[in-house]
Amino acid sequence: MIEQILSYESWMAFFKDWTLFAQAFGVTVMVSVLALLLALALGVVFGVMSTSHHALPRFIARGYVETLQNTPLVLQAYVFYLALPYIGVMIGQISVGIYAVGIYHGAYIAEVVRAGIQSIPKGQAEAAASQGFTYVQTMRWIILPQTIKIILPPLVNQMVNLIKNTSVIALIGGTDLMNRTNDWATTGECIYGPPFLVCGILYFLLCFPLATWGRNYEERLKRRDIQSTDKPAATEEAAS
Amino acid sequence: MIEVISKTFTPEILQYLLGGAWLVIELSVIICILSIFFGLILALLRSYDKFVLGRVAGIYIEIFRNTPNLMWVLICYVHAPLPTAFMRCTFAFVLFTSAAIAEIIRGGLNSIPKGQFEAAYSQGFNFVQTLVYIILPQCFKNIVPTLLSQVITVVKDTSFLSMVAVAELMFRSRNVLSLLPRYTGQTVGIEQVAAIFGFAALIYFVINFSLSCVVRWYQGRGKAKTEARTVETTSQSA
Repeated sequence: MIEQILSYESWMAFFKDWTLFAQAFGVTVMVSVLALLLALALGVVFGVMSTSHHALPRFIARGYVETLQNTPLVLQAYVFYLALPYIGVMIGQISVGIYAVGIYHGAYIAEVVRAGIQSIPKGQAEAAASQGFTYVQTMRWIILPQTIKIILPPLVNQMVNLIKNTSVIALIGGTDLMNRTNDWATTGECIYGPPFLVCGILYFLLCFPLATWGRNYEERLKRRDIQSTDKPAATEEAAS
Repeated sequence: MIEVISKTFTPEILQYLLGGAWLVIELSVIICILSIFFGLILALLRSYDKFVLGRVAGIYIEIFRNTPNLMWVLICYVHAPLPTAFMRCTFAFVLFTSAAIAEIIRGGLNSIPKGQFEAAYSQGFNFVQTLVYIILPQCFKNIVPTLLSQVITVVKDTSFLSMVAVAELMFRSRNVLSLLPRYTGQTVGIEQVAAIFGFAALIYFVINFSLSCVVRWYQGRGKAKTEARTVETTSQSA
């Protein structure tokens, strides 16, 4: 593999087909974005449901989260791709990727959102209710905007996992970056080095900036919290 | 439906599928033990070595945390210098998981106050002794829940191995599905598919759900302990 990375011919052979890889990379980016939107929508809905006062929505949300978090994504993708055709639902591989990855990470994001909502003091909801806000209005205008700051770091972490997990499309034979790389490498002359190196770099370029930004944001947040908790103490000291 | 189940799960097929489940457990246990070991080394290097090795550990962790697991499985299945497919796949998983676990352990190390180090030094502990007797026990106690959720991820991710024809549960389920007409004389319909995938899902669910119950029990215990402690201190101060 190392010789192939160093050899000029294998790189030339690889660059002859670069459009295939560019197209596959586009598919991976598209699937990531659409799956993320689906996951965010599901995550907010089920996250809010799992903090509800009624038992039924809480039960539904728990069922959704536990079922999806405790079974493999591959199995869920197979269910979409191999089982649903028997009841007459035909979905293409790429769309299966979007649905499966989106629904799977929706469960994780629901847990993140739930933790965020529970970290907001109860008084906020009570104050909003006393001002005549309905439940949905309270969530939309009071609670959720406050949680965004707290849940952003774990959310970014989930985004990175989501991008990595789009490679599950390769298992059902869709042409995303992972499958294209593997296909290209295993047919013909078995040139493994260049395609896998480029594939790794492309995934890295998608994930690394996100992960780094998330971590820096979290650290800034922590530092600001420390400062803001230090300040009143300092003024008290000055006053005394 | 009961007829379908009794027809589908003949003793041979059941044994075949449970063999796959056993392989999943075997793989996960080996992967987790090795990954915790290497992850610990990586985390210690990244936290306490400010020179070359610490940088190398940092680069290693960033590379493996930001590329998909499946890619390393595909690469290692062909190119890792190990004799059997089982070992090559384990190798790929250990590469990936040790980076994830290193970050978890590093988080645990960061959560321990610096005073612990200073107190240990003042009592004449050297660096290694401080780590082994003071820091690491506290660190591991804090990170047990996160570590177990990483174990759950590993159990689920072993299903990626069905792509490289390692006969674990997911691969065997698909295999049974395609061989069902020949061995049981049934035509494959939604009922058979549901039975087999449902069985696989049930096995994964039982393994992972019991692990996540342990996580929740542990977290609840930690919370109860701190509550008891605060009650104690408040009653003492009162």
